[in-house]
Amino acid sequence: MSLWVDKHRPKELGKLDYHLEQAGHLKKLVECGDFPHLLVYGPPGAGKKTRIMCLLRELYGPGVERLRIEHQNFQTPSKKKLEIITLASNYHLEVNPSDVGFYDRVVVQELIKTCASTQQLDTTGQRHFKVVVLTEVDKLTKDAQHALRRTMEKYMATCRLVLCANSTSKVIPAIRSRCLGLRVPAPTVETIAQILQCVCKKEGLSLPSELATRIAEKSNRNLRRAILMCEACKVHQYPFSSNQEIITPDWEVFLQDTASKVVEEQSPKRLLEVRERIYELLTHCIPPEVIFKGLLREMVKFCDGEVKCEVTRLAAYHEHRLHLGSKAIYHIEAFIASFMALYKKFLEENMSKMF
Amino acid sequence: MHAFLKTGKLAAGPSTSGTSKEKVDKKKAPIPWVEKYRPKTVDEVAYQDDVVAVLKKSLEGADLPNLLFYGPPGTGKTSTILAATRQLFGDIFKQRVLELNASDERGIQVVREKVKGFAQTTVSATRPDGKPCPPYKMIILDEADSMTRDAQAALRRTMEKQSKTTRFCLICNYVSRIIEPLTSRCAKFRFKPLAQDILVKRLGYICNEEGLQYEDGVLEAFIETSDGDLRRAITTLQSAARLRSGEDIRQRDVYEISGVVEDTWIEKLMETCTTDSYEKLSDFITSMMTEGYSATQVLNQLQDKIVGLGSLTDLQKATICERIAVCDHRLIEGGDEYLQVLDLSCLIMKELCHSE
Repeated sequence: MSLWVDKHRPKELGKLDYHLEQAGHLKKLVECGDFPHLLVYGPPGAGKKTRIMCLLRELYGPGVERLRIEHQNFQTPSKKKLEIITLASNYHLEVNPSDVGFYDRVVVQELIKTCASTQQLDTTGQRHFKVVVLTEVDKLTKDAQHALRRTMEKYMATCRLVLCANSTSKVIPAIRSRCLGLRVPAPTVETIAQILQCVCKKEGLSLPSELATRIAEKSNRNLRRAILMCEACKVHQYPFSSNQEIITPDWEVFLQDTASKVVEEQSPKRLLEVRERIYELLTHCIPPEVIFKGLLREMVKFCDGEVKCEVTRLAAYHEHRLHLGSKAIYHIEAFIASFMALYKKFLEENMSKMF
Repeated sequence: MHAFLKTGKLAAGPSTSGTSKEKVDKKKAPIPWVEKYRPKTVDEVAYQDDVVAVLKKSLEGADLPNLLFYGPPGTGKTSTILAATRQLFGDIFKQRVLELNASDERGIQVVREKVKGFAQTTVSATRPDGKPCPPYKMIILDEADSMTRDAQAALRRTMEKQSKTTRFCLICNYVSRIIEPLTSRCAKFRFKPLAQDILVKRLGYICNEEGLQYEDGVLEAFIETSDGDLRRAITTLQSAARLRSGEDIRQRDVYEISGVVEDTWIEKLMETCTTDSYEKLSDFITSMMTEGYSATQVLNQLQDKIVGLGSLTDLQKATICERIAVCDHRLIEGGDEYLQVLDLSCLIMKELCHSE
């Protein structure tokens, strides 16, 4: 039994639920045969991957869905051994180079080279190129991106790259200008609600429209999350009732509590308590950026206009430093400490104004 | 056994024809328009009068100095020198010209071996068919500003010693990144950004050749999104043509392909900034980010907007622009898009609503 997210993922370009105009464009692209490198970007859960898979199916037929998992081994120039998991069919290869962290350049060079330097065996009725799908391109190091730039030009004849990223900000312009950019915006709340209804219908369940809208709103326009939440709701209570509680992930609740703890009291002792909680979150693999955003969202609720801007400034400042440093806890703690100082000052000023 | 051989033969038959067919396909395989519409002669190079004058002289037989071309991307630096060498050398172009760009390995090792080796061979002043041609070879170092200082230093002596047989042409965006000893050995030419009307003319010509249909204002949109960079304009044009094959290219498509944020979003963002409500601003930015626009692009367009805004004093504009710079820097170093844009917008909101 698979999750609804996978079970009801559209498999053909014609069956996509939204951004239909774009789907039409993609179809034309496949038909005209001249296929450029693609850079697909959009927020998480917007359907980038779905679109890429549909496109591949359109290119090569249902054969692309016969996937196999392969473990590939590489050796860096400094003799360090790397292993990376790839997902491949006869026609394409999917890999996430940032899995190996710092050594992604080696993967990009070696893997694509080996894949691209072999010709397709069976050319009758097939395309004369293979497709390499690289995910999370925005997490690649600059080195790897520059290496990619060279490979992209060199192997244009045998290989097309489909790059998948959350944002183009971190993709170097040289790569952006070599690709056809495809922006995949997140679906609107209404679209998500409709899709939820659709999925439930296929499952033979009835979903009250209010609940669908509520789930859609809570998902932050992330379709994958919405469907997962919907399935969780079904496990929790079925038949659905329209005012049913939607389960929020417990780390979110935990983060909210943490923020309110910070607002409650500003003292070194409290900071120490909060540190434990942050460690707890980090050890559960909650990305530090998410913690920053979550804390900010909760904290500003307790502040006034001017102070809100100030808190935002602090968050932006410390979040940036986070990427320069290596240990997340320092920067999150620095943010919390400076927030405490700011908040305390703000409270004291208000007090003195009152008397 | 017999059957096996037979099938083997049968299978061999179609497969060979398949490969030959593929070769035909490959020949037909569309080349990028940027290559297809490169100027073929020096005369075709638009707008760069100084260089063209010098190169024309050398075509008529005068000596050619070492050249250094610099200027913003897409102004025709590479095209000019390629066209010139093609005219100078004709058929023997391949033997007389060595072209190296940033995608080739260009460390000090390559300069010492490949460049030096190529430079050392002498050539005659006649072509194989007896026609006269210049008695030197050409080494084109494209994107020379990305060469290491060591590699550049290694070029110095080579350039002088081989001046009898070899001319160098260095191409770069920033002349300041070329070491002084090299610049003093070359005749420097600055390539001006192309004027609007020349860009329009060129794009119009390509559209005509390719038989593309487009709405009014599309060419202007291409130029607007490419900042006077003809190569980028042509690349986007080709992408647009592929996407909309057979139909009119619309202005919207151009913006979509080049990743430009629609103006209404930026205007709405500015409008939200004037409401002085943090919640509205935060909500709006969340929804803008879920649309998938890139934050760098948003910053770019915001800057244009801010600079042209009448309701702010110069000092305020300066403050905001400084923050834009800071945020852009942070984004490059991996900062979170939402936080950075929110930070910037908060400042704009403060300046718009709480200025004394």
